[in-house]
Amino acid sequence: MRLKLKVWRQKDQLDSGRLVDYQMDNISEDSSFLEMLDLLNESLVEKGDEPIAFDHDCREGICGMCSLTINGIPHGPEKLTTACQLHMRSFKNGETITIEPFRSKPFKITKDLIVDRSAFDKIIEAGGFISVRTGSAPDGNAIPISKSDSDYAMDAAACIGCAACVAACKNSSAMLFTSAKISQLNSLPQGKPEKDRRLLSMVSEMDRSGFGNCTNYGECHAVCPKGISVDFIANLNRDYAKASVKNLLKTIG
Amino acid sequence: MNLNAKIPEGPIENKWENHKFRIKLVNPSNRRKYNVIIVGSGLAGASAAATLGELGYNVKCFCYQDSPRRAHSIAAQGGINAAKNYQNDGDSVHRLFYDTIKGGDFRSREANVHRLAELSVNIIDQCVAQGVPFAREYGGLLANRSFGGAQVSRTFYARGQTGQQLLLGAYSALSKQISTGQVQMYTRHEMLDLVLVDDHAKGIITRNLISGEIDAWSADAVILATGGYSNVFFLSTNATGCNVTASYRAYKKGAGFANPCYTQIHPTCIPQSGGHQSKLTLMSESLRNDGRVWVPLNKNDCQSDPRSISDENRDYYLERKYPSFGNLAPRDISSRSAKEVCDEGRGVGPGNRGVYLDFADAISRHGENTIAEKYGNLFDMYERITGENAYKRPMRIYPAPHYTMGGLWVDYNLMSTIPGCFVMGEANFSDHGANRLGASALMQGLADGYFVLPYTLANYLAEVGANKPDPEGEQFKTAKKSVNDQTKKLLSINGNRTVRSFHIELGQIMWNKCGMARNEKGLTEAISQISSLREQFWSDVKVTGKDSDLNQELERAGRVVDFLEFGELLCRDALNRKESCGGHFREEYQSHEGEAERDDENFSHASVWEYKGEKETPIKHKEELEFNVVKPSVRSYK
Amino acid sequence: MEQISPFKRLIASSLGKKYLMALTGFVLVGFVIAHMLGNIQIFLGPEAINTYASKLQNLPIAIKWGFRLFLLTAVAIHVWTAVLLTIENKQARPNNYADEKTVQASYASRTMPITGLIVLCFIIFHILHYTAQVIFDYKDLHYDLNGEHMHDVYSMMVLGFSHWWVSIFYIIAMGLLCMHLSHGISSMFQSMGWSNEKWRGVLKITAILIGAVLFIGFSSIPVAIMMGMIKPIIGH
Repeated sequence: MRLKLKVWRQKDQLDSGRLVDYQMDNISEDSSFLEMLDLLNESLVEKGDEPIAFDHDCREGICGMCSLTINGIPHGPEKLTTACQLHMRSFKNGETITIEPFRSKPFKITKDLIVDRSAFDKIIEAGGFISVRTGSAPDGNAIPISKSDSDYAMDAAACIGCAACVAACKNSSAMLFTSAKISQLNSLPQGKPEKDRRLLSMVSEMDRSGFGNCTNYGECHAVCPKGISVDFIANLNRDYAKASVKNLLKTIG
Repeated sequence: MNLNAKIPEGPIENKWENHKFRIKLVNPSNRRKYNVIIVGSGLAGASAAATLGELGYNVKCFCYQDSPRRAHSIAAQGGINAAKNYQNDGDSVHRLFYDTIKGGDFRSREANVHRLAELSVNIIDQCVAQGVPFAREYGGLLANRSFGGAQVSRTFYARGQTGQQLLLGAYSALSKQISTGQVQMYTRHEMLDLVLVDDHAKGIITRNLISGEIDAWSADAVILATGGYSNVFFLSTNATGCNVTASYRAYKKGAGFANPCYTQIHPTCIPQSGGHQSKLTLMSESLRNDGRVWVPLNKNDCQSDPRSISDENRDYYLERKYPSFGNLAPRDISSRSAKEVCDEGRGVGPGNRGVYLDFADAISRHGENTIAEKYGNLFDMYERITGENAYKRPMRIYPAPHYTMGGLWVDYNLMSTIPGCFVMGEANFSDHGANRLGASALMQGLADGYFVLPYTLANYLAEVGANKPDPEGEQFKTAKKSVNDQTKKLLSINGNRTVRSFHIELGQIMWNKCGMARNEKGLTEAISQISSLREQFWSDVKVTGKDSDLNQELERAGRVVDFLEFGELLCRDALNRKESCGGHFREEYQSHEGEAERDDENFSHASVWEYKGEKETPIKHKEELEFNVVKPSVRSYK
Repeated sequence: MEQISPFKRLIASSLGKKYLMALTGFVLVGFVIAHMLGNIQIFLGPEAINTYASKLQNLPIAIKWGFRLFLLTAVAIHVWTAVLLTIENKQARPNNYADEKTVQASYASRTMPITGLIVLCFIIFHILHYTAQVIFDYKDLHYDLNGEHMHDVYSMMVLGFSHWWVSIFYIIAMGLLCMHLSHGISSMFQSMGWSNEKWRGVLKITAILIGAVLFIGFSSIPVAIMMGMIKPIIGH
């Protein structure tokens, strides 16, 4: 295959960045998108240029490290597929491909296509856990959990934290990520004792980070490589309202 | 080199219990006086950091990824073993212990393995309490599946993402400790050296991967949880960033490296499609529960449509050779059998390096929906990568390097031969012997991190007392300088070849001569080839960019430097071990039927290598293995 | 975190703003539906619509003004929150994509601020036009029914829509309003958390249907007047 690439190059956080054109020839349809970038980088190094910096690690669609916006869509054109699992057979010979980093105010661009997604870790630190001291847990079968509840929690837990939801949202909202973690933990009996505390605190951390507001576009779900449903957002909306009202009544009472 | 394993006295069932009682404790109000460094944030690293932080120690945790949640433990698909016997099928701690010892081809340490089997049950409880959504039955109880190398159903799983869910559990516990300030997390930091003060591990040197800064960190103890070294083969199922640097630097500072030749080649990976390939993708071994492995009986059928080949013209070679375990034969055996049939010229797919994993029977028995529910994500992944639909035609699979049983030598307390340097998870050598059973890696990582190290570390700390050195001290300055020197040297060579090209070449040498089957001639050649490749590297490598910046070429170069030395050590160990056991198969040592032949008389020991300097050959030490409970026998899965 | 009052915290949060949008949206949608049902009575002739209007006008002053204030407040909150959301959302992505694509978000959902703004302008005009009557003077239009003296709303509408530009502006504004609602109504349910995978599709279709019915209902009036299907009362 023959391709024209327009790749975002940015030296560091302070640089303003620009799209740079590259020409690629002889790309196998069976190679993955990142392998195509590997080859481009090899040729850049051979010429003595700096290769394009991009994040990647497991290359099997689970670590959530890869973070490319390909032709305007986070992770590219294939549904339920991370950029690392995207293969060149999804593109046409002669096509021009634009590659940009995930863009959002809390995700500062570190270099080229690499962004800082630590704001996600901060949201989890605010309450994305069940407090259980090591060794103090009861038997795993002590609390039966219905298959449907456990499946629901698993659906939510499938999030890989890649932040494509934020990158795709016109408002850079982190609601899909936040609501998925909250829904997973809050739907399980183990998570109930900290339910309200968890969601109030995680939402305020999310707001504090500078993510935008959810206005129900649904772009997040559409690009999510794990197909996380916006039901979790609805679920969070409902529970947050309940928790806030409860909290309000407590202070009045 | 002192290889006293410090195995506690008493019957095997009571060793850990007795040990926990006898070892020293650090009283809760004193814990804050101690500082601990943990390198790596996978299952072992994150669980240990969370637990130690919760106990009140000051913990600094380092990882090279942008978040602790991304460590490669996340990629484990199939499950985690535990001797819960929830299925009432005759499982017990003793059976898990026995299976693991046998699966490891009698090359692991009995006491460690028994402890692992005991702790397996606690892990499940802990993870359930953390909100890990393990699969459940309609009655609400935990579900299990069976896995290679076992005849009971003891594997707990969370769809095809067990590793991810367990890691997220540990990561959430870690996050809680980060939020309280008890753990300080340093992401995008790579450990480049271990620092010893008075022969004790007291700190590390890291490179900040964003700014390029080289920093020194001191502590009372250093814990390495830095994973395995499968990437020495270049193409493996490991994440592209996985590396041996931390372990290798510790080895160079005096930690013994045990059994580097024990590498596991996983039988169910997607075959390579071309030279552009950067990594291989694993398909969970659980697929073998329902898939049947076969190749055409006749070479001529290899390139024809598999669906057109009639049953009598297919060779279900695992079912034929191992009737009682069949498609669930352990990994090393399955992998080697695949290689055998491909060597016979009966392989399928590009380059005839592949075998079929066929779901047609399972689909006609249970229906496509049931199969989709069990393995849907794997089938989807297979289609994304190969463009083929595995519901309609058999998958093609081929073995790939996946896990490394070898690692830094540790005693029963998980301490390496350097006092104060502890090693957990895949980075150590302790529990899997010469071959790891499926669904046991997650178990070991979490057992080490949650339940073993927090006790044994306290014992060490209580013995040496709080004594964190100044990170500006002499030893730290020297270590920093040597790290800086290497960086400068790499950037100054400005030769003609990329780092990646060296890594690929190293990988080819390793895979061809030290892969699934090894022999004396190949290994000897490999050693000299690697050594000349290394020389070429240092004269002809081209690393672009600066050191004071995010520079992925430089990161890769540093890792390849260590792989280039380590690969030689691996081959040396493989050459030295004149027997076949588990993942280590020496062609000279096999039965008439082609089965591995162990030599218990001469090789019932862990080979522990001591670094002697750049130009010197490392020295091998032995830790003799004692089998008091399970008598080594021929490992038969027929 | 603990010092902020729970109320402030709720209102200031991104979700609090969603609730405000949804709840005020709910009130306004209700009003718009009722308003349309009232207006189309014009097709029943002057008697029907004038009686209906006079009933409303003769409500006790506290109720009438209470209701008006309530609506105005809802509009004010809806607008103010929208302004805040728009500003914050713009700030959340300071640098746009060079190549930006939309995978699934509807056109209506992406144009909420602009359709909202135009509709707001229309509402102001509409109130000035028919309620405050400062654009044209309709104070002298009277209608007598069985001796009861009342304002002739029928004629006011006929006269009002006899200006082609008024009608066109009205129809365009109704089009935009209904587009606004086609996202707004389903979004409202999602924001309150009264939505899930099963219902989402139904809600979306319902929202579009409501939007379409409202559009047809409202714009049928100026269309009918312009086409002469609704005729002025003889003598006026």
